[in-house]
This record gives sequence, C-alpha cells and structure tokens, in this order.
Amino acid sequence: MSTPPGSVPGDTGSSGRTEPAPPKQESGGWTGAVAGWLERRLPIGKLLPTRQPYYIGSWVYVFGVVTIAALIWVVLSGVVLTFFGPQWWHVSSIGHFINSLHFWSVQLFFIFMVLHLWGQYWAAGWRDGRAPTWMVGVVIFLISIVTAFTGYISQQNLDAQWIAVNAKDAINSVGVGAFFNPLNFGQMYGLHVMLLPIAITLLVVLHVVQVRMRGVVAPLGAADAHLPDGVREARPS
Amino acid sequence: MSWLRPARGPDPNSFRTIRYDLLKELTVALGVVSVLVLILAGALSSPDVKPDTIQRWAQDDPVDFVTTATGELAGSSVSAQYGPPYNSGSGSVQSLGPLHPQEWAGVHQHVDSVNQFVLDPLNKAAASNATLTSALATFAAAKADQQTSWLDAYTAALANATAQDGAVVVPAGDYGPVDPMMKALLAVARSGGLDGLLLSGGGTFYQTDYTSPLLFLGDGGHLSGLAKDQMLFGNQWGVMNETGRYPGQAWLWLYTLWYQIPPYNTASNADLLVVLTMGVLSLALLLVPFIPGLRDIPRWIPIHRLIWRRFYAEERARRR
Repeated sequence: MSTPPGSVPGDTGSSGRTEPAPPKQESGGWTGAVAGWLERRLPIGKLLPTRQPYYIGSWVYVFGVVTIAALIWVVLSGVVLTFFGPQWWHVSSIGHFINSLHFWSVQLFFIFMVLHLWGQYWAAGWRDGRAPTWMVGVVIFLISIVTAFTGYISQQNLDAQWIAVNAKDAINSVGVGAFFNPLNFGQMYGLHVMLLPIAITLLVVLHVVQVRMRGVVAPLGAADAHLPDGVREARPS
Repeated sequence: MSWLRPARGPDPNSFRTIRYDLLKELTVALGVVSVLVLILAGALSSPDVKPDTIQRWAQDDPVDFVTTATGELAGSSVSAQYGPPYNSGSGSVQSLGPLHPQEWAGVHQHVDSVNQFVLDPLNKAAASNATLTSALATFAAAKADQQTSWLDAYTAALANATAQDGAVVVPAGDYGPVDPMMKALLAVARSGGLDGLLLSGGGTFYQTDYTSPLLFLGDGGHLSGLAKDQMLFGNQWGVMNETGRYPGQAWLWLYTLWYQIPPYNTASNADLLVVLTMGVLSLALLLVPFIPGLRDIPRWIPIHRLIWRRFYAEERARRR
C-alpha cells in the first residue's frame, strides 16, 4: 500500500521521496532532560570527529590510543584466563601462552599509560577547564596499580606468595589490612577479575568522553594568535 | 567543578583543522600493539616459578621447619606476636607518634599460631598415634612455666640440631613431650598433610583464604631463601622484580625507592612512613592542576616546544 505524497510529516511531496521526520522530543521528563543534555554537551560530531585542530599532529597523542589498545589486549586475555580458571595456565601450554599475552599486554599498558601521563603533564593538559580529565586519568593510573597488584598476587606461584607475605605489612600498617587481605587469594582474585577491571573500563570510557567533549587542549601560548581580540592567553589552571 | 563541563579558554575548533579518523587510528594502534604483544609473548613467554609448600619446606630444611614450628608453639614467632588484623599482639604494629592506624580496625582475620599452626594439626594426627596422644596430653596437663621451660630448652637445642634421614635430631635434654610432638608435626608436614590441615582447619571444605599457611611459611626461612635466590628481597628492589629475568611491577619504582634510602631504610615504622609518603604524592599527582608551582613547571621547562614543534614552527613562519 502506497502513501500519498505530502500525507506524512517531513514529506515535501516535491521529490517523490518520503523522508521520515525526526521524532518530536517531549519537553520535561528525565529521559528528555538527559537526551537534551547529551545533544548539547556531546553531539555525535564531537564524539566521533572527522576533523581535528592541526596541532594534534604530534607523537604525544599516540600514547593515549595505544594505551587503550593495550587495555583491550589485557581485558581479552584476562577474560580467557578467567574463563578457564586460575590454575589452568600452570598446566596448559595454551594457557601459559594466554598468560604471556596477559603479562606483556599489562607491561605495555603501563609503559604507554605512563608515557601518556608524562606527555599530558608537559603539555599541561589540564588547562582551560580540563582538570577533571586529568584527575580521572590519575585515578585510572592508581586503580591500575592496585589491579596489577591483585593480579600478581593471583598468579598462584612463588612470586605471588612472596609479594603477598611482604605487602601485608605495608597494607596492615595503615589499617587497611582488616578489609584488604593480600593473603586471601579469593578476595584478591575476585577484585582482580571483576570489580577493578570494571572500574578501569568505566573510567576509561568517562576519560575518553571528557577528552572528546572538551576537545584537545591548545598548545601553550596559542590562544593569543587564534582567539578573537581581547581574549588573553589562558594560564594553567 | 563539573566532570563533564565544556572547556574554557581557546576553542580547539577555532584552529585550522586536518582530516582525522578516530576509529582508523584506534584500529591501527590495535594492530601495532597486537603485533608487539604476540611477539613478546611468543618469544619471551612469562614467568611461573612453582610456589613453595610446607611439604617442600619440611623436606628441604627440616631443622628450619621444626625451629619455626617450635616458635609458633611458644608464641614467640612473628605471626604469634603480630598484632592487628591477626591477633592482639603488638610485635608488628607500626605507629606514627601517638597514632596506631593498624589497631583502628581491630582483629579481622583471627590467627592463633599456637593452636592453628601446631596443636590443632597434631590433635588431628594423634587419632592413630598413641605416642603423640600421650605427648599432647602431657603438654596440655603441664603448667605454663613447665611448658615454657621445655620449649626454651628445645629451642636452644635446635641451634645444634641436625637432619638425619628426614628427621631432626637434637642433643639429649629435658624437653618433655616437645620433641615427640615436633617429630610428629614434621612427619605430617613432610607427607603434605599440614598444607591441607592449615587450609581446612576451620572445618571448611572449600577454601580460598591462604592467610594461615602463608603466615606460617613467612615465619620460616625457606620461602625467604627461595625469594632471595630470585632477587625478590626488599633491599634488592624486590617489589619491582619478577622471578627469572622478567620485568616486574616497574611502576612501583618510587614506592620501592623509599625503602632504600634514609630515614625509611632504618625506621621501625618504615612501611607506615612509605605508604603515607606515597599517599601524599598520589594526592599531589591528582591535584597537580591546582598546585601552584607544580602546575607551572610545564611552562617553565619548554618541553611543550617539542610536543607541538610543528605548530610553533608554523607560528614563527606565519609571523615573519
């Protein structure tokens, strides 16, 4: 059954093609408020840009994306290790290889993340209202250290034993040992494969959204040359 | 401060733009990292040195095992006197002036080394051992002073003990029932039974908490000997190291550094001082954007000239 031209909203009737009209956004309501906020703050052009300011042509911007690439390998190899259980990789050559993928992707993840952190420090990447982006990045770094620590303890080998026996004294000394016991394999393993990776993944998503929303910070001293008259260079803040 | 507030200052969109493909960049990065990970994993593998066990300890170094177990029974071991969160001792409680944060949360993982590490396993082993049953009864019936006298004499004798065919032989002396008790515990440990008894001591079948066996192992010299061979000691920057020739937690280099230098390396509360120091430094890293001086260093030391080298070169050319 055909629809006569001009009988539906959005159809001009002139081209013979029927274009669906965008659904009318009801004002009010939680969903409408969130939708409006997202449209204002994070339009798709910002989330998935096809053009960027020319100053991003620098090696320093590589470290962020390779950190995410390494994290993808960490998560994928970790999922396989988790699926087959914590003892599998000790008795299976395939399991040992998967563990090796996990081990080296973690090493690369930290190398890239630290380079990214240093790059952003020397670029003063927190300028112009981007302090929350920096702070979320630092929190990711700190949680990653705790995650790696619980991973080393979950290895079930000599290194895991020695790290647990020694680390307990530092953790106990500040009173945290009552709730975070490195000698308790079950607790460490649960944190390592579940809560901490979820926290890191969510924070990385937030971090990327923050970067996309605010755009890449301008080079130090660039504002005078590119902003309209009367706008002064932004100090690091 | 809003976590998702739009940026202030220069608008990135006000600059000349270039083509940019975010998803392509991520895909290329993933490809490069995949090659790196596969090559490293395939060529270098990963470390996996077998864990120590109480059985292995008792077989490799029976004198050290019996010496440690005697200390557990006497209540003189590190674990027996540790303090929170394991027990009410104070031997390992660290303080900062009048502050004892280690004691604030109290005892959460109760560890009674006398019973959990020695007497409970022996009572289970005594079910088919009349000599051990008698020795345990004698020890239990003795007054505390008598027990201490036997244990002190036995501990002193262990300094001259020898291992013969897997048994520990001490010079003759008045040790009461302690010698047969320790011989029985050594036999249980050498069979591998003590590894299981320390995990199932609470009557549980499933178990994932290794607090008891790890504390027992940590009190002895066998685990630390294996760790020293692998360069894992604190004064060997051990927290950063892995077994074999593999990189460890290199990102803990700063944490480990403090243990190597004064005043941390001689302080009795070194752990507490190091953790607090790292806490303060972590907070400073988090708050860099708000700390005058720290946030200005990138402006004073122009490494940003390298980061945006092409941008500044074009700026100079444009102004000429």
